[in-house]
Amino acid sequence: MGTMKKQKPISESYFNPFDLLSEEIVFSILDCLSDNPLDKKAFSLVCKTFYAIESHHRKSLKPLRSEHLTKILSRFPQVTHLDLSLCPRITDGSLTVIASFCKEMLRSINLSRSRFFTHVGLSNLVMNCGNLVEIDLSNATELKDVGAAALAEAKNLERLWLVRCKSITDIGLGCIAVGCRKLRLLSLRWCLGVGDLGVGLIAVKCKEIRTLDLSYLPITNECLSSISKLQYLEDLVLEGCYGIDDDSLASLEQGCRSLKTLDMSSCQNVSHVGLSCLTSCSGCLRQLILAYGSPVTPAVADSLQKLSRLQSVKLDGCQVTCSGLKAIGNWCVSLKELSLSKCLGVTDEGLCSLVTKHKDLRKLDITCCRKITHVSISHITNSCASLTSLRMESCTLVPREAFVLIGQRCQYLEELDVTDNEIDDEGLKTISKCASLSSLKLGICLNITDQGLTHIGMCCSNLKELDLYRSAGISDLGILAIARGCTGLEMINIAYCNHITDGSFISISKCSKLNTLESRGCPLITSLGLAAVAVGCKQLTTLDIKKCHNIDDAGMIPLAHFSPNLKQINLSYTSVTDVGLLSLSSISGLQNMTILHLKGLSPGGLGAALLACGGLTKVKLQTSFKSLLPQPLLQHLEARGCVFQWREKPFQAEVDPICWKYQLDNLE
Amino acid sequence: MNLGSTSSLFPFPTVPNRKKKHWLTFNLEADSDMDPDDSLSEDPWIKSSSSGNELLKIVPSDNHSFTNFNLHAQKWEGSSYLDHQIRIEQQVSGFTKQKHTSEMDQQGNQRNENHDSTRIHDWDPRALLNNLSFLEQKIHQLQELVHLIVGRRGQDGVQGNDLIVQQQQLITADLTSIIVQLISTAGSLLPTMKHTLSSAVPAASQLGQVGGVTAPSTGTNAGGLPCNEEGVAKMENQSNHIDQLRDCGIEHNHAADEHESKDEDEAEEEENLPPGSYEILQLEKEEILAPHTHFCTICGKGFKRDANLRMHMRGHGDEYKTPAALAKPHKEPSSEPTLIKRYSCPYIGCKRNKEHKKFQPLKTILCVKNHYKRTHCEKAFTCSRCNIKKFSVIADLKTHEKHCGKDKWLCSCGTTFSRKDKLFGHISLFQGHTPAVPPDETKGSAGTSDRGQNSEVTMKARQENFKVNASHGNEFQNPGVVKECAYSPSSYFSPLNFDTSNLNGFQEFPRPPFDESDSSFSFLLSGSCEYPPHKAAKYMSSTEME
Repeated sequence: MGTMKKQKPISESYFNPFDLLSEEIVFSILDCLSDNPLDKKAFSLVCKTFYAIESHHRKSLKPLRSEHLTKILSRFPQVTHLDLSLCPRITDGSLTVIASFCKEMLRSINLSRSRFFTHVGLSNLVMNCGNLVEIDLSNATELKDVGAAALAEAKNLERLWLVRCKSITDIGLGCIAVGCRKLRLLSLRWCLGVGDLGVGLIAVKCKEIRTLDLSYLPITNECLSSISKLQYLEDLVLEGCYGIDDDSLASLEQGCRSLKTLDMSSCQNVSHVGLSCLTSCSGCLRQLILAYGSPVTPAVADSLQKLSRLQSVKLDGCQVTCSGLKAIGNWCVSLKELSLSKCLGVTDEGLCSLVTKHKDLRKLDITCCRKITHVSISHITNSCASLTSLRMESCTLVPREAFVLIGQRCQYLEELDVTDNEIDDEGLKTISKCASLSSLKLGICLNITDQGLTHIGMCCSNLKELDLYRSAGISDLGILAIARGCTGLEMINIAYCNHITDGSFISISKCSKLNTLESRGCPLITSLGLAAVAVGCKQLTTLDIKKCHNIDDAGMIPLAHFSPNLKQINLSYTSVTDVGLLSLSSISGLQNMTILHLKGLSPGGLGAALLACGGLTKVKLQTSFKSLLPQPLLQHLEARGCVFQWREKPFQAEVDPICWKYQLDNLE
Repeated sequence: MNLGSTSSLFPFPTVPNRKKKHWLTFNLEADSDMDPDDSLSEDPWIKSSSSGNELLKIVPSDNHSFTNFNLHAQKWEGSSYLDHQIRIEQQVSGFTKQKHTSEMDQQGNQRNENHDSTRIHDWDPRALLNNLSFLEQKIHQLQELVHLIVGRRGQDGVQGNDLIVQQQQLITADLTSIIVQLISTAGSLLPTMKHTLSSAVPAASQLGQVGGVTAPSTGTNAGGLPCNEEGVAKMENQSNHIDQLRDCGIEHNHAADEHESKDEDEAEEEENLPPGSYEILQLEKEEILAPHTHFCTICGKGFKRDANLRMHMRGHGDEYKTPAALAKPHKEPSSEPTLIKRYSCPYIGCKRNKEHKKFQPLKTILCVKNHYKRTHCEKAFTCSRCNIKKFSVIADLKTHEKHCGKDKWLCSCGTTFSRKDKLFGHISLFQGHTPAVPPDETKGSAGTSDRGQNSEVTMKARQENFKVNASHGNEFQNPGVVKECAYSPSSYFSPLNFDTSNLNGFQEFPRPPFDESDSSFSFLLSGSCEYPPHKAAKYMSSTEME
């Protein structure tokens, strides 16, 4: 299906074997294609029948431009889910079109990232699409209470995201509370205009709520007591609610028996006193997130001891004491997930006593626990054999020998982050035994070479994500092994691996599923290599070739031709000129461009390219262009939905990765 | 003949009116041993409520009730009747006999209703008899006085206006006290506070229950309907109030306002003192309503003693902190180690009255005063800004006027709130009510709400609400009639034509003589005469709540 040849018109007399297949059968075949949007596209291009079948089969759409909404909505009448988050500009007009085409069919719509519609369009949509159960209005920062009031007419709404809708106040939320009584999920993250009264009313009126995200709201105890009466509440996020304290949790004590997940990150006024209230109320609490909160002392640990169903605890960024960790080790439950990322005070002693008790750990995050040594790693690998995820970025005291243990003992690992560690080829060799490894982060690992990477390439065929950022020991050979062994690779970062040449790109081009390629600061890569990637990696959406000085317009032309899915590109410091940029602008889906320090760029060429590139949502440019580009042009682009970020960074010469690492170490 | 104003009296008999009737009914029964004439009252009432047109037909035929009544009155007390007549004559011509008739008719009609309610509830007939004989005594005294005056008039012929005025004042004062007594007597017949509400809205409750008539015990009443009713009732109050002034200035104790009472301060003071642990004092109404002689020129708060006023003035700023004011020490209540004093409201049936089953005492005399005025007195002070809110305590008016027009928290039912949390409390209580989004937000200028614009919108919302409710409440009110009445200014003007000289005698009324009598009436005047038609509608349709 990959090749899309133009079909000849089918003559009447010609027998078509596909006529024997009922539409239902084709539908169920299509159901199996759901993974990749491109497959469906290819399917629909086979013949008119397939085109028609696919049109009637498709349930969800994620258009890139709002201009063609009329066309695509009439083509796909069965669409129930509409994701408009990629459209740079959704206006009231677009919403009216959607409302008139989708009517009662539409059940879910994603309007996040568009600021251009108002309550009028929203009202139109909600009035016509009575079966809407899901609306994402995140980042509608201009949306005011009138908009919220319009939204309140969506009586069947069950899931609503209002992240960062800063202009909505209690009044608007009150309308929603009264109107949308069936709400099950509500996210009010960063809705800074909303306070106790609005949230309280939600808790009073919307009794069905399961998930409630109140992060960073200026709420206090007052609304928490009504929240605690929500009978079905399972997931409560109170991240960064500074008004929440121990008394608030005491009010939770009365209710919230259904609570399964509680996130109280950055709630600095909550201590073990409040936490101990949780044990008496939330019997079924599974996950507790207390990141960036009060210090983890034995008192805190003891207060949570009775949570018999607890599976996951996240204590990121907390001050941790040795006795605190030991107390966690004494819990009768066996945790499945523990995060101590960036915790200060994690020592070998504390961590060892903890992991020896929690033998069932599947996920462990000890990022930046800089005091731990091979003793900890030894204990972790010894007792937690079923680990699937280990993240241990910057555990600088862990010697290279310790990493051998990981590969030997934790063979179920799927995710391993050893960024900025002493791991070497021996370590990689044993880690290659983890056959199900899908994500491997080896950034700033200066001890690894092609040899170790070859082992990974040979054994870890499930690898999807590989990060080799500034691992300067890697060259084409290692990449070749990866590209050969890990054909399912989706993301690779070879930034600042300055030995990498076009050869690597040519081998990477075999990874047809690759969607993200970062190769910053690889001066040896030329347009030739990029062309190969462009041809081979059709699903490429994100490309970062900053500081690849040898890439010029010749690389852009194949990119423009073969990578229709490209959404984000960083061209800073390359040799691309007006011509390359203009050809690139033919990629209709391109949304995000960073164009700093392009020597061959003229204001005229830049202006033309920007104008041609209709889908742009964000462009990073040098401040100098601000005055050079005509003001009406900028206004036009902004009205189209493009945001400009003006930067005035001085030209930076690149340093060697080893020097860079040396500089880094000296910072500490 | 103005049908609008005539009919308007029918659909909403309000509490003050009813009280008045109590008085009449009572005296008729007690003094002349007359049985309430049922045939007189039943039919016209029901018919009149059903339609305004029918009313037209009924009214002339009811004239006999008026004469009937007069006959009773004559039998009962000649002087009182005389007084009554004199007053009627003093009215300026706009007041036609027809109107009078209808009003009397209404009174007659309601007799029956009152009779019913008295039958239902227990009351002590002996106490009543005592009261009545006391009243009889008083009335006789008054009668003698009037006789004296009549005699003198006959002797001296034409007298100076001043003397007439003085006499009138004297009589009015006496009458007032009699009426006050009567009302309290009648009050004992009222159901206890539990039933206050149902008795407070007799029109609604008896003429078919209107959906949504709730009993908002919290004081933050609001549903569209109840609130609307109240508004209507309030409008009635005003016209009634004027009627009463004409008649002789009855102090109304309307329980209708009880549930809307603003005395949150009192409510908050609910303490659980065991009965007997404190001494209960009960001030008489006269005492409660006794005028203050010292008033703060800044906030209007009244004081009995200048020292207290001076003390109070210190709070307004340095310039008032004279050495004299500071030198006189304030009386320390803690210096008296006596039994705790708590106060009882003299209004029988009130929850704050010591005879109430769930009696809750009032803490201070000030509480008593405010409670009594707010709950049992007419709301004579109308906000000159919005012409809607009425208050019986001047300080409340001042407080309100500070915020008037800033009531930006609006519910979809048209009720406005000065505080956001009150609005949200209201919304969480009532199904289907939604916070109304300030309309200027659509224009993109949220936050800076122009007062005029805002109130205009508020008014629109109210009108809308009113329309809806009017069509709802067909059982008990004829919307057409209501509207007609609302839009005809004459219904307001006609009863207002009273002689201001009358007013001097009304000093004991629940209206502190804080200003010149006519200026204190300017509230009233501004509250009624200056209504453009549409404002009248707004006024009717709802009331504000805090």
